[in-house]
Amino acid sequence: MSVDKETLVKVARLACLRLAAEKLEPLTDELNNILEWIETLNEVDTEAVAPMTSVVETDLRWRRDEVTDGDYAADVLANAPDVQYGFYAVPKVIE
Amino acid sequence: MSDLRDLKIAEARDGLRRGEYTSRELTAAHIEAMAPARELNIFITETADQALVMAEAADKRLKAGPAPSLTGIPLAIKDLFCTKGVRTTAGSRMLDEFVPTYESTVSANLWADGAVMLGKTNMDEFAMGSSNENSYFGPVLNPWRAAGSKDNLVPGGSSGGSAAAVAAKVAMGALGSDTGGSIRQPAAFTGTVGLKPTYGRCSRWGMVAFASSLDQAGPITRDVRDAAIMLTSMASYDAQDSTSIERPVPDYEAALSGDIRGLKVGIPEEYRIDGMPPEIEALWLEGEAWLKDAGAEMVPISLPHTSYALPTYYIVAPAEASSNLARYDGVRYGFRKPGTGGSLSDMYEATRGEGFGAEVQRRILIGTYVLSAGYYDAYYLKAQKVRTCIAEDFRQAFESVDVILTPTAPSAAFALGAKSADPIAMYLNDVFTVPASLAGLPGISVPAGRSAEGLPLGLQIIGRAFDEESVIRSAGVLEAAAGFDARPENWWDSAK
Repeated sequence: MSVDKETLVKVARLACLRLAAEKLEPLTDELNNILEWIETLNEVDTEAVAPMTSVVETDLRWRRDEVTDGDYAADVLANAPDVQYGFYAVPKVIE
Repeated sequence: MSDLRDLKIAEARDGLRRGEYTSRELTAAHIEAMAPARELNIFITETADQALVMAEAADKRLKAGPAPSLTGIPLAIKDLFCTKGVRTTAGSRMLDEFVPTYESTVSANLWADGAVMLGKTNMDEFAMGSSNENSYFGPVLNPWRAAGSKDNLVPGGSSGGSAAAVAAKVAMGALGSDTGGSIRQPAAFTGTVGLKPTYGRCSRWGMVAFASSLDQAGPITRDVRDAAIMLTSMASYDAQDSTSIERPVPDYEAALSGDIRGLKVGIPEEYRIDGMPPEIEALWLEGEAWLKDAGAEMVPISLPHTSYALPTYYIVAPAEASSNLARYDGVRYGFRKPGTGGSLSDMYEATRGEGFGAEVQRRILIGTYVLSAGYYDAYYLKAQKVRTCIAEDFRQAFESVDVILTPTAPSAAFALGAKSADPIAMYLNDVFTVPASLAGLPGISVPAGRSAEGLPLGLQIIGRAFDEESVIRSAGVLEAAAGFDARPENWWDSAK
């Protein structure tokens, strides 16, 4: 499988990354080199192998469904680039 | 007071208790060394004032009675760990002005034991890199140079600032993080000890996430004993990290018995890769001889899927990164760039297009691609299956051996820029460290010798999950036999 410029633009849009037009060509080549390299995995027969889900055998713990944390809105907003009326502010979404 | 900076953590612990010096003096000596060391670009943020306050509190605690081993010990913290009220950048423009309102569990454990914070160390952006050249704040220089040379070398990465801080003696120990080798490879490049614990041993809470199924915190120190002391403090069960394992934390220092008689040491044939420099091959054989002399038994083993570890890693890690880094959207924290179109999606794309560096963007794109519809099975699922095979290789090997001995890295430290143009050449730095990461196993790098050019080389010991004690014990024997006591010349301090 190889990536063309069109696919790269699509992937960049999925990832919300603006790429400069002059970067598309070299990035396409770089990604294809990397993809070609990782395709060596096709040599491995994994027909009967289960995918890894956790490196350490462990069960997820249960806990009571109750509020144990919170009530510090000022801390949560402290690093936001734009805050209005105690909320995150973003560019207008609805006309 | 330069002699105070020659002390190891264990020595300083004893000296502080004998009243030979105070933590304030110890801390001041290191702060003094930080100014000339700016040449090396080790710190992104220095916290000298806070360090002196912490040192004075430590002196009071030491005077009051028994105190933990790290009380009064000045440490450097990788800028990946959130520190309350102190800027935490992860080496990225995206977090240039981020000041956490909470503390990571691992650093909180160190402070609870009385350790002193000197500052936050430089690193590859979001821990993605093997040379520390991917930092928004510029590369770190390795305190080591080749004999007779004035050329700057990389310190390895991504914990390059932490490793350089310990090698240049501006910190007695440092906190690092390891996803595919980011503690062990820089330790090997700087003649320091770097320990990556078992996945789940240290909490990941408050650690800026790169690849969540791989990331682990660990210490970088001058010797194995100091690494054991730091890990004993760092490790804990933490309900705030669902992958943290509830298991008692042993006194890792007590594992350093020096007795490895009867220990079975695996030597994996697949680690003898094409093009490995003869001096690294020779050092590996020397390591075998040292352990054999101490009564251990060498056992040839096979880890058949070794050559697939790096390609597997470069699917799994970018996939997890693309998901983890989705949070940097210019809304809740971090850098924001208004888009030219003025819409919300313009803002997202502009913010992420400018806020992330080239390598981070590359990995987000790969990760997004391998997770996207139509490619998920071919890449991501395939990689997770091969990851099972790699872990199974280790499981089988550990039925017949107790630890595994390998080189840490395929070369000594290289020149700045030497591998920047070729991502895959850079990725190959982690060929010996990535397999244990994918299997979640503990590994340590010990400085064991020098290259023909006089640069440090490391040997790695890998152990069973949660058997850091055997890893530390055998690393201690290796260290004693190697007798590595070379230090870099202090070329960065013109006053010396």
